[in-house]
Amino acid sequence: MMAELNPAAQIAEAAQQVASKRNRLLSTPALVMITLFGIGPLILILIYSFLKAAPYGGVEWKFSTDAYLNFLFQRDIFDDTLQFSPDYLYIYARSIGFALITTIVCLFIGFPTAYFMATREPAQRNWWVLLITIPFWSNLLVRTLAIMFIIRDEGLINHILIWAHVIDKPITMLYTNGAILIGLLYSYLPFMILPLYSSIEKMDFRLVEAGHDLYANKRQVLWRVIIPLAKPGIIAGCLLVFIPAIGAYVTPLILGGGTHLLIGDLIAQQFGSGRNWPLGSAQALILMAAVLVALFFYVRNTTGKMTHG
Amino acid sequence: MVDVKAQPGFKTMALICLVLLYSPILILIVFAFNSGDIIMRWEGVSLHWFGVAFTNPEFQNAAWNTLRISAVATIASTLFATLAAIGMTRIKPWPGMKTAFMVINLPLMVPEIITAVATLSFFALLAQVLGLNFGIGNIMLAHIVFCIPFAFMPIRARLEDMDLTLENAAADLYATPWNAFKRITLPLLVPGIASGAALAFIVSFDDFTITQLVAGPGQTTLPLYIWDQTRRPMTPEINAISAILLLVSVLFITISFLIARSRK
Repeated sequence: MMAELNPAAQIAEAAQQVASKRNRLLSTPALVMITLFGIGPLILILIYSFLKAAPYGGVEWKFSTDAYLNFLFQRDIFDDTLQFSPDYLYIYARSIGFALITTIVCLFIGFPTAYFMATREPAQRNWWVLLITIPFWSNLLVRTLAIMFIIRDEGLINHILIWAHVIDKPITMLYTNGAILIGLLYSYLPFMILPLYSSIEKMDFRLVEAGHDLYANKRQVLWRVIIPLAKPGIIAGCLLVFIPAIGAYVTPLILGGGTHLLIGDLIAQQFGSGRNWPLGSAQALILMAAVLVALFFYVRNTTGKMTHG
Repeated sequence: MVDVKAQPGFKTMALICLVLLYSPILILIVFAFNSGDIIMRWEGVSLHWFGVAFTNPEFQNAAWNTLRISAVATIASTLFATLAAIGMTRIKPWPGMKTAFMVINLPLMVPEIITAVATLSFFALLAQVLGLNFGIGNIMLAHIVFCIPFAFMPIRARLEDMDLTLENAAADLYATPWNAFKRITLPLLVPGIASGAALAFIVSFDDFTITQLVAGPGQTTLPLYIWDQTRRPMTPEINAISAILLLVSVLFITISFLIARSRK
């Protein structure tokens, strides 16, 4: 009825629908690229994880669940029985543990920093954000090397201590668990601060004043007002640290020296010197599952927040 | 007056945090200017090791590879991301748009090492079954994929913040959709595109994990070259190259940051 009265509107509406359909196609190149060269490879390793390993890398196209069995069991070379072997499980547990410690320490250092940044004058705030943004985007390999130069046997710390006659032999710090933890912490600290900052910055500080007016002391205001309000930022920050930390590759490679394996270099090894592609694929997918669990908790937490208002 | 917002000890923590984040990088850079052969034994200020790096054919080769890969990855991913951002903000939500968003953001959610081994397997299969090997193009394809979401974010944010009045006015004045886009939307979108391109460039330029696994023999990029250097007796050349890499990152981060700030 309306359309009959107003043919111009009808034409405009139709034109817009055509344009809308056409615009939809604009996302095709990006989607095709990611589907072909991003999702395709993921599906491929899913398939690989159910194939037999070829002796020198690659796969044999025969169905097999060996990769997943190998993850938990070791085939006895003499009588071919399966024996429970927790080696890989241990590496996964270690990686998760390291990622958790990293997340907690990053939160402990990052929260006060982000809060301090968010309570500066706007002009000063910009400078702080830039200062944290720079390491956020800076080359991870180079940043990890910087840590190595400081802690290795011929590194800065040992150099200074020997020069000051505190010690006469270098203390071994590189290629230890501590080195990996410091590296993870250093790598992912900015990933904690930035989401925390953006959530604290949006906070309604009148609530802090209200708490203060109602005779809450600073500590009570922090725990009862500020931290609950910053919860979305805390969750986002923890996730942004935890997910890359659990799959970290560069850090254990350089600071662990191949002796203290984490999931990341374990997987890479299967595609290099270890040469068991199906096992590596299975290990990668198990890591992916762990990440999906973390993401699932995040989505549930954030959407739950929205429905509660 | 009491600052009610301040919390005790937070300022100290913030300063410690800055020291933690910056002192390793600064120490690394300072020793790039060491004239001596041994990294931590200071012998005087010189640009000697920068000269050594720049005249080293291996470094030149790695730098050339890196620039080619990053240039292709930046241009292609920014183009795809711009098209996708327009296709996903300037229309009514269509069925499957949520899935499309997830697909675009997927490279951000998958741990790098998984992308790396999956892409490696994929190209190995292509070479084996179809005889397809794009050489350095393999690395470029891998980079385009993970650069798209980084380029996409600022472009989409810009489109969503944009005032639709101007576009509607253009349409009212009988501008064709293409003209309205070319004369109104695109000029307003340029800062978003520039910011996205800068981010795409940084992540491509700095990538180590995926490149290392996908790269064939001789396809060394700057991060790979640095890694090779750490496995030989190290000289301050490695510091010099690291300093150059950091400088490039800082430059592009600052550009992207300033562009993003200026829109507010």
